[in-house]
Amino acid sequence: MTEIRLTGRAAAPGLAIGPVTVLTAAVAERAASGDPAQEAAALKAAIEGATAEMVKLIGTLEGEVADILEFQVAMLEDDALAEGAYDAISAGISADHAWRSALDAEIMGYRSANNEYFRARAADLVDIRDRVLARLNGADTTAKIAVGAIIAGDDISPSTFLAADWSRGGAIALAAGSPSSHVAMLARARGAPMVVGLGPLSWIGPPPSLALVDGDAGIVVFDPEPETRRLFERRLAAANAAQAAADAGRLEPACTADGRQIAVLLNVAAPEDLADLDPKICDGIGLVRTEFLFEASHGLPDEDTQYAVYRRILDWAKGRPVTIRTLDAGGDKPIAGLTVDGERNPFLGLRGIRLSLARPEVFRVQLRALSRAAAHGTLKVMLPMIAVPSELDRASAMLDAEFATLKANGIACALPPLGIMVEVPAAALRAADFGAAFYSIGSNDLTQYTMAAARDIGAVADLNDAGNPAVLALIAATVEAGQKRGVEVSLCGDAAADTHLTTMLLATGLTTLSVSPIAVARLKAAIAKVGS
Amino acid sequence: MHDAHASRAGETSVPLTASAVLVNKVGLHARPSVKLTQCAKKFVAKIELALAEDGPWTDAKSPVKVMRVKAPQGATLHFRVAGADGEAALAAMLALVHDGFGEV
Repeated sequence: MTEIRLTGRAAAPGLAIGPVTVLTAAVAERAASGDPAQEAAALKAAIEGATAEMVKLIGTLEGEVADILEFQVAMLEDDALAEGAYDAISAGISADHAWRSALDAEIMGYRSANNEYFRARAADLVDIRDRVLARLNGADTTAKIAVGAIIAGDDISPSTFLAADWSRGGAIALAAGSPSSHVAMLARARGAPMVVGLGPLSWIGPPPSLALVDGDAGIVVFDPEPETRRLFERRLAAANAAQAAADAGRLEPACTADGRQIAVLLNVAAPEDLADLDPKICDGIGLVRTEFLFEASHGLPDEDTQYAVYRRILDWAKGRPVTIRTLDAGGDKPIAGLTVDGERNPFLGLRGIRLSLARPEVFRVQLRALSRAAAHGTLKVMLPMIAVPSELDRASAMLDAEFATLKANGIACALPPLGIMVEVPAAALRAADFGAAFYSIGSNDLTQYTMAAARDIGAVADLNDAGNPAVLALIAATVEAGQKRGVEVSLCGDAAADTHLTTMLLATGLTTLSVSPIAVARLKAAIAKVGS
Repeated sequence: MHDAHASRAGETSVPLTASAVLVNKVGLHARPSVKLTQCAKKFVAKIELALAEDGPWTDAKSPVKVMRVKAPQGATLHFRVAGADGEAALAAMLALVHDGFGEV
């Protein structure tokens, strides 16, 4: 057996060694038997198989995620769900078509509900439909991913990624994929090394049993020779030692070699990201994404739910500034019952602040919860996808109105400073025109809109480069506008955590960077080398 | 919160009925539906629910059918129960709704 060395693109840094789990994404077209009895038996087996698979998955989860799956299991175990499908099968329809039509009808029932909450359940039914279809068509969608395994496949869905435990090692090696995909972002946040764009993963005979993943260089070695493995393990040990040294410095403030103080803030997607973290590692929180509140399966979150979560984050920060971004749905982040389905180009559609202004009844709830939370810490609020000043002005008027109403009703509240995300080139070019209390540069979207290259299309991923002079020029223009107006400018987004870019970013005059907690130690170590 | 006077007639043939108002936040949604059907399945009695006194009646042991009712917060749930352990079943259903399924 000779080793297979493949070079792709680094998507998440780090080194890993482990057994290989091959994801088989192939959705085989199913050949119908033509016999109703056989088709009914096939559907029954598929439903039972999907149910068993989910019961097993629930055993590994807890809390809200487990509850969601338990609901799906209860639905699957109920004969009423498949009644229509069995009727169609006895009329001569094939099992997969019968199941799909029956579930699509059920899904339509939810989508047309008056109540927001019931509309949001459509997503659960879609999940149920697809799990059973995958079984019927012989495609195993949820591969059993062992702890510490190297996942090899064409691509991996965010839900498959989230179903695995990344706390004790493991890595991802993909034939396709992009460093800018959502899974890559998740991998970077969880510290799972990832390499994409390896090209076809084909091997003669059984798949490889062991792999080495170098998420820094973008190299994967399947079935390594003993010597290759020995050298890799030596590098792994050195990297672990370096990480330990960086970790030791992560509680220290960040400072360049030539003495510039740099504020390092955290990006968090949910309060759970802060569990077990010492607030001393950062100078505050630069980005709280609030989409997670809307993605849980309970429909749109009410004011009290939102307020409780915002407060938890403010309490954790112990007086350090916390910047919360209002809902940034749309684009590649659809939310059932809120975002628009079927936009031809959702990244140029009704997303971010545009959606919030179009759905004021949803936006006002969030603004009220934020005003109430602002009474309990140093809260700043930022608006995503701002393109023109009137968007900021309209949101600002709504925030003022909600604050005034709360105050008039004697409810504890404060008016948080309102800033904007700079991620649309129009806003970067004319930043000084906005009466924002601060600017926060969203480098991911700013890069894709400036370079006209999507973050998740591997074929154009080379163009999606935050270090391109055009992107850096827009960042520098924003920093200049901030200096002119005397307001703070920070940068959140993956560019902040890419230590190859640190020198270039600080050269634009930026003094505040916001990164996921896992990147703090590495970034501080990189900052210390700037200007030396 | 609910009508305590469950109308009780003959032991077998005439079903027992009672109603209660849904007090939990989002109505008879996923988790409450699962709880309600799991509880209903513990009884041999036939248990049905409806949004109106005169139906249409839905099998309270089927989560798929209970979810189709899409009963919102504030709705009055009517129960109709028939069978040997009907009285206990009705009491259990009303207690669940009254407690907001433990999640008010």
